[in-house]
Amino acid sequence: MAKVLMIDYEKCTGCRLCELVCSVKHEGVSNPARSRIKIVKWEMEGRYVPMSCQQCESAPCMAVCPVKAISRDEEMGRVDIDYDVCIGCRMCVAICPFGAMSFDTLAQKVIKCDFCDGDPLCVKFCEVGAIQYVDASMVSTVKQVAAAEKFTSIMQKVAAAISTV
Amino acid sequence: MALDRKIAYINLTTGEIETKPIPISIRKKFLGGRGLDMYLMYNHIKPGIDPLGPDNVAFVSAGVLVGTLASATARTHIAGKSPLTGFVGSANMGGFFAPEMRWAGFDHLVIKGKAEKPVYLWIRNGEIEIRDAENIWGKTVTETQEIIREELDDRDIKILTIGPAGEKLVRFANVMTEIKNAGGRSGMGALLGSKNLKAIAVRGTMDLKIERPAEALEYNKRVITQVISAKVSQTQGRLGTPFIWGATNSWGGIRTRNFQANQFEYCDDIEPESIDEHAIGMAGCFGCQVHCRAKYIIPDGPYKGVYDEGPEYTAQGALTAEPGCKNLVNLLVGNHLLNMYGLDILETGSLIAWAMELYEKGILSDKDTDGLELRFGNDEALIEMIHRIARREGLGDILAEGGLRAAEKIGKGSIKYLIHVKGMSNLHSDERPTPALALGIATGSRGSDHLRSRPAIDLYGLPEPVLRRIYSQPVAYDGPISSHWRDYEGKPWEVRWQELCYEAVDCLGICKYHTIFLGPNFPNFEEWSRLLYYNTGLEMSPLDIWNVADRAYTMERLFNIREGLTRKDDWLVDRYFDEPTTRGVPAACGVTIDREKFAKMIDEYYEHHGWDENGVPHPETLKKLDIDKEPSHML
Repeated sequence: MAKVLMIDYEKCTGCRLCELVCSVKHEGVSNPARSRIKIVKWEMEGRYVPMSCQQCESAPCMAVCPVKAISRDEEMGRVDIDYDVCIGCRMCVAICPFGAMSFDTLAQKVIKCDFCDGDPLCVKFCEVGAIQYVDASMVSTVKQVAAAEKFTSIMQKVAAAISTV
Repeated sequence: MALDRKIAYINLTTGEIETKPIPISIRKKFLGGRGLDMYLMYNHIKPGIDPLGPDNVAFVSAGVLVGTLASATARTHIAGKSPLTGFVGSANMGGFFAPEMRWAGFDHLVIKGKAEKPVYLWIRNGEIEIRDAENIWGKTVTETQEIIREELDDRDIKILTIGPAGEKLVRFANVMTEIKNAGGRSGMGALLGSKNLKAIAVRGTMDLKIERPAEALEYNKRVITQVISAKVSQTQGRLGTPFIWGATNSWGGIRTRNFQANQFEYCDDIEPESIDEHAIGMAGCFGCQVHCRAKYIIPDGPYKGVYDEGPEYTAQGALTAEPGCKNLVNLLVGNHLLNMYGLDILETGSLIAWAMELYEKGILSDKDTDGLELRFGNDEALIEMIHRIARREGLGDILAEGGLRAAEKIGKGSIKYLIHVKGMSNLHSDERPTPALALGIATGSRGSDHLRSRPAIDLYGLPEPVLRRIYSQPVAYDGPISSHWRDYEGKPWEVRWQELCYEAVDCLGICKYHTIFLGPNFPNFEEWSRLLYYNTGLEMSPLDIWNVADRAYTMERLFNIREGLTRKDDWLVDRYFDEPTTRGVPAACGVTIDREKFAKMIDEYYEHHGWDENGVPHPETLKKLDIDKEPSHML
């Protein structure tokens, strides 16, 4: 079963270590502008959301690429760029609904998350677990449990409130 | 590489801007951040100048490991001659400003002169522009940042700013970034205000090359595990710095009603667990996995629903125990107001508590307070005084000058009740039972301060072999050492060691919560040596880093001596010696600091530094540290 990045923005502390390790791993430099993951922040509200490639099944970047440089690796469950074919037209950047396809102005190429070939560093370094690498089928299971937990705790509170009346 | 970042000289009077590379020889002597700032400060500030005049110079810098894989490499340093003390002004802050400044191409800014009208600096990928700031003059800390981001149309811009208090030249105004990251202590906000410099905005997309990426990644992971596997980090990551509140209070270490008790009766109301009820999670500074910054929403009152961050342990003391106020919402509101005004929380709360004691003792009258009943425990008076200090109204205007100047103006023996060292207020932690901690605040180069040297691990009562392991590297030490926090023996060495530990991380740009400050097994000179090598390629042994710290700290001493500091400035106020503690655990109860023993500690501390009995470095000490020819004007 292919794995996906599961993001829980409520856990994110906004430290941006994921951006740092991503750019060091891929480019050997510290430079968030070249990271494949980005924390979108509302600093004055304390809201931080990690944004990265969703590795879409029906990927708009793949559909729009005029030279078919983008393909899906089903085994890895990811969308790949073939840089030998890519002409750098940036249509994929324009169409991605998540802004997850970026253009690296220094290397003059489009960049996106490649799961670090199966061992994503952002996941490894995120100690709070805001980003996790899990089986695709697990995402909804994890969410179901979280939602069920919330639901039952509310029910318990209601029950407790009623019993004291 | 990470060492190619430049230094920029910005003259606000003439508008001239010059940039220079930082020679490797200077790097090896001072590394960066606070260390190199101290070199620059000794070289660029003329003796005896008015700290609020155009001749003072503001220094803004990033540590040499900032933005790299060294965990918590977020720290920005701000320096200049302090408007509060007249000695070394130095503030260190977390957040995201310093990494962004490095990605924008700069490590150090040297800001001279005074702009004719309010301005801000806009720094982007090697370019520096002086821009008009009239539309943001008067705005709060967060408003300023939002307006600049909108004006420059980039939400990722990082901004260092002063609030209205800095504009009003309150002598303990902060430099701020984001909502609560504060370059506090010593009034660096007033320094920027005196230059008509409202803010510095940075944005960078330039590579910071990591010298050995694979090793740096692997080693960083190890260091992170080392830090966060400690219980102290985990607790701090859940509750923030207030986690030490309860234990410190029951032990008897919370300065209460200015200095009239050492334990606060209403501790439970403001325990971190109570604050936690209004918290909405934790935030981290750049690259840090400790995430000690709490996010909260004010639950009640006129500020209901407002978001802010903190309050830190410092705010707990300054806004509750010291003024004798126990209202939790008041603490959250006070913390918010001080952040928006850009005021030093510790200094403000401490001075208000002092004024409350003066009022209760009849030294300040209703006429002095414009009818405000400035009694301990008066929540509204506390909040009102925050406004008055920030706006320099009435008594607030007098307190805004700092404790010593205010005491001179108020007279009537008011100075007797002021709790300070070198004109800077003490933290609310009571050092009377702990000679080591007392020596730390008495000798701190920026005045009374717990982040200059704090042998806080003394309170853990660690066994002697553990203390020997910590304090005998990277230089050998075989003198006396004691596990008990009440002892005087061996403590001067601990103070010197911790002092250089903090100086070292301030040069590197690493947070003190990743040092032995709070945990005996945290990263140390050995780890920093390897982090430097993997990230920057700089080959420096643990001893080399120790020597950098020693050199930088001695430069601070030279600066202070040049500004008139003498041995008597390295001393505590009389109340530490004359008024015994009254509460707490048996060993902390009924104690004072012993004058004679304390004087002996100072002697010993000077000796460890290679300073004479007046605290002046011996010529051979300067020669050994290779700073005997300063100022050398190399940069």
